[in-house]
Amino acid sequence: MITTAISDLAHGFSVIIYDPNTWFHLSINLLWCFIGVLIGNMVGVLPGMGPLATISILLPLTFGMKPVGAIVMLGAVMYGAQYGGAICSILLNLPCHPPHAVTCLDGYPMTKQGRGGVALGVTVMASFVGASWGITEMIFLSPILVRVALQFGPAEICSLMLLGLLAGSTLARGSPLKGVAMTVLGLMLGIVGSDIETGAERFTFGITELDDGIELIALALGLFGLAEFMNSVNQQAEINTKYTNVRLRDMRPTREDVRRSVFPMMRGTIIGSLCALIPGTGPTIASFVAYATEKKVSKTPEKFGTGMIEGVVCPETSTHSSTQGDFIPTMSLGIPGDAVMALLLGALMIQGIVPGPQLITQHPDVFWGLVASFWIGNIMLVLLNVPLIGIWVKLLTIPYKYLYPSAMFFVCIGVYAANNDMFQVGEVLAIGILGYVLLRLGFHPAPILLGFVLGPRFEENFRRAMLISRGDILVFLERPISAVFIALATILVVGQLYFRLKGGKKQVVPGDTVEQPLAAE
Amino acid sequence: MSSSNEPAHSRGFGLSLRLFRKRDFYAGLLMIGFGLVMSIHGPTYSLGTLMHMGPGFLPTALGVLLIGIGITISLTAIGVPDGEDEDILPAHPQWFAWACILASPLLFIVFGMYGGLAPATFACVFVASLGDHKAGWFAGIVLSLIITVFGVLLFHFVLQIPMPVLKFFEWSIL
Repeated sequence: MITTAISDLAHGFSVIIYDPNTWFHLSINLLWCFIGVLIGNMVGVLPGMGPLATISILLPLTFGMKPVGAIVMLGAVMYGAQYGGAICSILLNLPCHPPHAVTCLDGYPMTKQGRGGVALGVTVMASFVGASWGITEMIFLSPILVRVALQFGPAEICSLMLLGLLAGSTLARGSPLKGVAMTVLGLMLGIVGSDIETGAERFTFGITELDDGIELIALALGLFGLAEFMNSVNQQAEINTKYTNVRLRDMRPTREDVRRSVFPMMRGTIIGSLCALIPGTGPTIASFVAYATEKKVSKTPEKFGTGMIEGVVCPETSTHSSTQGDFIPTMSLGIPGDAVMALLLGALMIQGIVPGPQLITQHPDVFWGLVASFWIGNIMLVLLNVPLIGIWVKLLTIPYKYLYPSAMFFVCIGVYAANNDMFQVGEVLAIGILGYVLLRLGFHPAPILLGFVLGPRFEENFRRAMLISRGDILVFLERPISAVFIALATILVVGQLYFRLKGGKKQVVPGDTVEQPLAAE
Repeated sequence: MSSSNEPAHSRGFGLSLRLFRKRDFYAGLLMIGFGLVMSIHGPTYSLGTLMHMGPGFLPTALGVLLIGIGITISLTAIGVPDGEDEDILPAHPQWFAWACILASPLLFIVFGMYGGLAPATFACVFVASLGDHKAGWFAGIVLSLIITVFGVLLFHFVLQIPMPVLKFFEWSIL
């Protein structure tokens, strides 16, 4: 198993690095990876820009690229943004990127003590360790998962998708019920357009532009671009740049710092990789669990919040290990864990690659190329973040008033460029308004994307399963693997109900809990 | 925004008035609305049987499911006492900024169709920049000009998006 994994990985590296047809024999994919991490790191640093909006803007620009280059670049944006997000949390105390919100709690106090550089230094180290573990996990676990998943029939795929959708919508932020509502809404939006089997036009209301369905890019940019700008315009906190003067010299941790970081790093890695395997619990939840665990095992839990290095290292490691691990179910089963992964799957589908367990064998270039690019991208990120920290810190001071108008242009041109069609700019507008209304009504729109991307495949497999079983709905319970998924989904729902009723209204909502102490400061 | 801030007499109206301050109540209503559209419109696409499902089957089923979820959200909103943030509008509504942000893609469409890439970009960025109350006219113009030059270079010349830089009805540049 190890030898095949190594030879596959070697193949991946050759896809990313080597290309006999070019000058110097370096592949263009290397450049795409670099552009991806650069842009990702940049948007991660900028307060008020997220990886979701960025990936959606870049998506139409990848249409002309080869599938490997496209997925490598978009993936790089995603994990690059994780590196940048930590800078924003530690130096500015702005929890603008949910996975790094918890880092503020101890990162910012460290900054106030003049140890912000050290916090950034150990974060880069921790990130690399976490990411490396996540990638290793992907190399060995994906082929095993695929071997199991290749046995799946339509019924199993359906149940697995159901489990993925339920986990993705109930474990994410906010009320689980509202999360499910958003998933159903996403499934509905995925229905708009021509029916795959009969060609019947559904919910197009006579608009011919909607025949091909709602554009994924328009949906993503409406929900995570336009609606987000409406939500955050004139709501930006004053950026305090007092502590942003960090130089390379300040980043070197002392021996004591390193010694204190080793065990939190290991714990963070384990927590992150476990969270990655449960669909729906992405980096954000991993970071919260990691912080809570670290506080619990610490001999001095009362000191947390005053600049404990453990409180920075453990969540950051878990975030990165979970970010890379999130690619496992996405790439090997075709079940995305969160909205970013759904978007990446959408990017693959636009390239004509059908996600699912057959992906690794049918497109080994894409899968192993992506894995290899993770290593290269993470090394690039370490190199980018350590010597060039001064430049990233400067970026923090770009005011929002210049950012969002520029981003509006990229939203418009991006969605136009997808099909050279102005109608889709209008689609963004309509979805943006809907997205803002949903945000104000307390919905988190991320599960919409999940439902939207999985919807058509769910319907196709559901119909096929029903056809094979001659209309017997019990087939989902009769086939053993499918029954396991249904049972897990049931446990998930019943468990949430139980904790909800038992715990009363005192539910733990990640993302909402940290904002309180931070706002008070 | 909590209920304790409002005058005491408004609480006396009981259920009916309280309902209208509940964010979740409207959230449920919106979901019921979406569900109704789907479940009423769905069956017109032929439902089929469980074995041979028609194109209308899943939409109708999802519609009914969403109505159920919507009702549950609304009903739980009635039972629970008012939370912290029950207002649908944020504390400081930004009507002007919202109008600017929404006008931005609209102007991009209009100018893009009748004026070309350069005016569309300029209008899109400039109008959006007016939304921020710290931004001035001059800074907005400078920003828009920079983005226009950059955008035309990148999208027209490098990425070759088929949209003329400047056009006026039949007449166009580049």
